Amino acid sequence: MKRDWLPLLLIPALMIGALPLIGSPASWVTLTVAGLAMGLMIFIMASGLTLTFGLMDVLNFGHGAFIAVGAFVAASVMLALAPWMTADSIWLNLAAIGPAVLAAMVVSGVLGLGFERIIVRPVYGQHLKQILVTTGGLIVAEQLLKVIWGPDQITLSRPTALRGAFLFGDVAIEKYRVLAVVVGLVVFAALALTLNRTRLGLLIRAGVENGEMVEALGYRIRRLFVGVFVVGSALAGLGGAMWGLYQETVTAAIGAQVAVLVFIVIIIGGLGSVGGCFVGALLVGLTANYIGFLAPKVALGSNILLMALVLLWRPQGLYPVAKR
Amino acid sequence: MAEPLLSLRGVQTNIGRYHILHGVEFDVAEGGLTMLLGRNGAGKTTTLRTIMGMWRAAAGEIRFDGRDITHMATPDIARLGIAYVPESMAIFADLTVQENLVLAARSGPPDQKRLDWIFARFEALKRFWTLPAGLLSGGQKQMLAVARAIIEPRRLLLIDEPTKGLAPAIIANMIDAFRELKDGESTLLVVEQNFVFARQLGDAVAVMDDGRVAHQGSMAAFAADSALQQHLLGLGMDTHQ
Repeated sequence: MKRDWLPLLLIPALMIGALPLIGSPASWVTLTVAGLAMGLMIFIMASGLTLTFGLMDVLNFGHGAFIAVGAFVAASVMLALAPWMTADSIWLNLAAIGPAVLAAMVVSGVLGLGFERIIVRPVYGQHLKQILVTTGGLIVAEQLLKVIWGPDQITLSRPTALRGAFLFGDVAIEKYRVLAVVVGLVVFAALALTLNRTRLGLLIRAGVENGEMVEALGYRIRRLFVGVFVVGSALAGLGGAMWGLYQETVTAAIGAQVAVLVFIVIIIGGLGSVGGCFVGALLVGLTANYIGFLAPKVALGSNILLMALVLLWRPQGLYPVAKR
Repeated sequence: MAEPLLSLRGVQTNIGRYHILHGVEFDVAEGGLTMLLGRNGAGKTTTLRTIMGMWRAAAGEIRFDGRDITHMATPDIARLGIAYVPESMAIFADLTVQENLVLAARSGPPDQKRLDWIFARFEALKRFWTLPAGLLSGGQKQMLAVARAIIEPRRLLLIDEPTKGLAPAIIANMIDAFRELKDGESTLLVVEQNFVFARQLGDAVAVMDDGRVAHQGSMAAFAADSALQQHLLGLGMDTHQ
């Protein structure tokens, strides 16, 4: 197949285009790594959402709840293991982060299972009701987080091994951002391998395109959807945990705040497309960091502008999924 | 008399507020090919989709191999050995030809002998094996849609307008394939507008009109009765080309 490289080329084009505007190569490298890290964290949170929309046309505005729960659960575990977080041993740091991330994914995944059963399932095929009821779910979840963890923000410190930056001459690259890039790429590779090299992935790709026909071939698409929903929620939990450490604070509104970026990313990428979500996330991350540096006053609207430009060029997103 | 493989009794289907099927009744005998004919909008596609459970029957009963499948879910109906080729073909455009067929073969990797048999009839599928199905021509997509239904032996094939838009050479191959299938392992229920094709292949015929089956009988008798064709299909024989 003739691959559509054009959207992918936007990433290096954006990077190269930003270099003369930023001027200093050292600042450019720092901003680029920061943009990639931010983009990949958003990708982790958004990948499940785009697949659930593609599979069952479900508009889940409550996705931010899984992000927030992941952030809070991870924060609680890390605070409980604070001595390990502040230890000078990287192994002790990992021994604290590992269970925190795992707990965040498990709790968000289980929450996703319940959310699908109780909130999403009764409104299959009814977009307006989906928007209303999942937004309501997000509001309830936010209030419950305040009840459980209190209304104040939680301050998180990164583990000792992830504090500071790698220095290469004038260039400083935060260690945590490098980790975020590595984790994001691992998640992307795992998703790409699953989708392109396994029968399960084949089913998901076919289901995103035409779920009714997949059912006519004898496969139960709803079970598949529930599985994808749970995995997507767990990934949102992972992303929430990483985002909490990135911001070093966790509030009940963290999910709703990031969800805006998540929705921009899946719309830019093309609803249902994991590859598009990946490219869209990197574009959003890079744009936010470059514009934040060059013109801080317009930084807030930069991603909306990016989305508008992409949709003017490709109204179905960068990689539209062929729907029935 | 042997029990029919598929039997519909008083089947009614609504799509939204529209009442499409008004009590469809017909039988499909095992081992043959039954043609489902009728004017546009008579309810043929709705009948196939209702059998597959894609649209729910509001009333009536659908039995397959003696079993009531009226309220079964689509995947469970498919797992009984019923394959469906929709009029839209519904191939997975982003998947390769190979992936489309691998997905349709539920019990494991496609059998090579079976694949060779399909390739002998639909050679283009072999040629474009690794190409995304969305890049195939209309005729090739139709071949793939049919191949997907027959990649494994199925007891009943529901095929909606298989010759629509196809070149004569491909139609001839399709006739060969359907003939071998009905003489061998499968029973076919085919919706068709091309009466020449229908007459060549059909053993039995059911003609629908306004959401009901207005006539059921042998194809030979129907093909010989121009007046009945004129009455039920509204067109003379010479226009059914």
